[in-house]
Amino acid sequence: MNLEAIKSEIEANVPGCRLELVANPSPSGQHSLLLDGEHAVAVATYLRDAAGLRFDFCSNVTGIDWPGKEVSQTATARKIVDGLEQEVEEVGTTAIPGYLDVVYHLYSVEKKHGPLVLRMRTQDRHSGVHLPSLTPVWRSAELQEREVFDLFGVFFEGHPDLRRLLMWPGFVDHPMLKDYVDPDDYEYEPTAHDVVLRRVNQHRSEAGGR
Amino acid sequence: MNIATVPPAPLDSEPVTEPSKEQLLEISMGPQHPSTHGVFRMKVVLDGERVVRLKPVFGYLHRNHEKIAESVTYLGSMPYTDRLDYMCSITNNWGYALAVEKLAGIEVPERAEYLRVICGELTRLQNHACLIGFLMQDMGSTGTPLMYAFREREKILDLFESLTGARMMCNYMRFGGCRVDLPAGWLDRAKKVIADFPRFLDEYERLLVSNEILMDRTQEVGVLSRELAVSAGISGPMARASGVDYDIRKVDHYSIYDRFTFRVPLGSHGDVYDRFMVRLLEMRESVGILQQATRAIPAGPIVDPKMKIRGFRPKPGEAYGRIESPKGELGFYLISDGSPNPYRYRVRPPSLINLTVLEDLCLGRNVADIVAILGSVDIVLGEVDR
Amino acid sequence: MYGGTELVGEGILKGMAETARNFFGSFVSKDRLTTVQYPEERELQIEVARDFPFLVYDGADWQQGMRCVACQICEKECPPKCIFIEKSKDKKPDANGKPQFYPAVFDIDISVCMSCQICVEVCPFDAIKMDVDYSLSTDDRFGGLLLNKQRLSKSNDYYRKIHPTEAAEVDARLAGERARQEAKAKAAAEATLATAAVQPASGESR
Repeated sequence: MNLEAIKSEIEANVPGCRLELVANPSPSGQHSLLLDGEHAVAVATYLRDAAGLRFDFCSNVTGIDWPGKEVSQTATARKIVDGLEQEVEEVGTTAIPGYLDVVYHLYSVEKKHGPLVLRMRTQDRHSGVHLPSLTPVWRSAELQEREVFDLFGVFFEGHPDLRRLLMWPGFVDHPMLKDYVDPDDYEYEPTAHDVVLRRVNQHRSEAGGR
Repeated sequence: MNIATVPPAPLDSEPVTEPSKEQLLEISMGPQHPSTHGVFRMKVVLDGERVVRLKPVFGYLHRNHEKIAESVTYLGSMPYTDRLDYMCSITNNWGYALAVEKLAGIEVPERAEYLRVICGELTRLQNHACLIGFLMQDMGSTGTPLMYAFREREKILDLFESLTGARMMCNYMRFGGCRVDLPAGWLDRAKKVIADFPRFLDEYERLLVSNEILMDRTQEVGVLSRELAVSAGISGPMARASGVDYDIRKVDHYSIYDRFTFRVPLGSHGDVYDRFMVRLLEMRESVGILQQATRAIPAGPIVDPKMKIRGFRPKPGEAYGRIESPKGELGFYLISDGSPNPYRYRVRPPSLINLTVLEDLCLGRNVADIVAILGSVDIVLGEVDR
Repeated sequence: MYGGTELVGEGILKGMAETARNFFGSFVSKDRLTTVQYPEERELQIEVARDFPFLVYDGADWQQGMRCVACQICEKECPPKCIFIEKSKDKKPDANGKPQFYPAVFDIDISVCMSCQICVEVCPFDAIKMDVDYSLSTDDRFGGLLLNKQRLSKSNDYYRKIHPTEAAEVDARLAGERARQEAKAKAAAEATLATAAVQPASGESR
């Protein structure tokens, strides 16, 4: 099952789609295809129905949080310092924006091959989080996309019933994001470590060293 | 009852009772309920006794297992996987170990593979016994089949305790093999338990299979069509009862299952009776695999000698590893960024995915059938909610 | 209905025959009577069973003979972080006579501990092992399940009693290490003696 061949086959049959191969450096060899939001449903339907592929079993839908990071680069430039032209190092930071990934693992019950890994990317982590839902194509994505919505905040358009799955309906935040701060509501921490220890010490100092 | 006429629920609110001519009753089955296999809630809208709408409510046992895994090491996640599907802790460990081995390219020695197969199939035996017992219990047989099944399960749990130290939370697999080797005499005791098991299965079949009450309550109840099963991602005995010929042990050729001859039982009706029978037949096949494995187990190391317990840092990348757990396809998706803790750790829970079709199976049936159908789906809430 | 029997009710009667066989058989055969009348009857304790950790000490004095050197590896590897260790400021001699740190505070919160045994696997000094005592219930919600250093310390004789094979293997390994250390120390002492015997001769000649 050659990913390059599948990619060219999809590009030939679903006009206008933009696919990208995302390489996977680990020994597992499971490289993935990055889909664009507009043609995702068309690509998925093609993958499910095409005679040679028949990926009718969507096994796993995962959300991944990639927070934005600042990368600092040093660049040398010629500048005049103290009347002499010298090479000066300048440190510049570029901000790489964060995004959320949704990864689909597809298998074929009919042809018994797989996995084919598809990815979709949101624009950013908080407001531009709309992605097309693949539930009309594979019913198994229904509960799993609800979970990705609940825990990451990705809004799936076209999902028949997008509600929170694991958290209760009145819950506000999205817990699996990397910058989630959990509420400070524990009463007794006898063997506190790391973050919990810092918060317990903060409580103690606020309470007057009790 | 035409499924297409039931409108979907509005976004982010709870399903409301339609104000209509009939008097519809909305009841909540669970979360404290003796037959929901854990803290599981179903909002059922009833017209008399017939189900009009059924919305499952999840999350009562959510323990943010996936987030915890991001703050402990890869090895530290292993005892947490015991507690996912707490009936089958060894197969959970196996799925996780398989995913990590795929991620880091670790090889498993032969004796360790045999140990894994033996413990995995013993787990399948005790899980199916437990499940059938509980299905009968939920349908009202007040404990007799349950206790017969538990009598066999106790023998297997004693075997696990003498091997791993704990009956249920075994923490047995390590990356590249198993944690501890067989103690003296274990293999003979295991062979005796396996040799006695078909007698229990025969007894069970005589007790239940042609029981008219069971047949009336389970045949043609909760029929799952083959197409819906594949589309909804149903896996494991529930899919095989609907005729889907997909057993990951045969498809993925993982571990050393290719060396053993075993058949895959398939059902044709897709009802509760078929799921019950498929599990009984799978137990017989597991006994066959165990007999072959216990005869052929070689000597050798039980863990990859290059693996150290501490300081395991796989190279950056991702991997998805899956096994045929007794409930279905248990998959683990791991992303590593080169640090000792995983960057993203995801469990593909078969119990949750198998519940996708719960509403479809229960529509138009009586309340008593909901219990039978839910029992046949074989859920464990630890896995559904993680 | 499919797969049924000819007579209606025959299946139920066959099932009842099975139940009767089990019921009457429980008076006659041992393997049909599976109930253990706890707490009067107890099953044999399986040797490798594990409940919660305990600290091993050699000899009679639990503070003097404690094997733990507060390396804090178990604290780092514990998945639910239920171990809390504070290292001492001074050192005390261990079984080989070498001065080592010891834990001033060693707490395990057994309401958090999940008996995973990873602390036992990673300890390089065989200082922490798994106990088999499960009657630890208390009515003190805060602190009753927090075992401190004293409650956790149990002697090596107790370890030999609950896990005979494991303890024998650990004892053999530690004795072997001690013998190797002593042999090395003796060889080093002999070497210094030999050089000391040579030195005064050269000193006198100066």
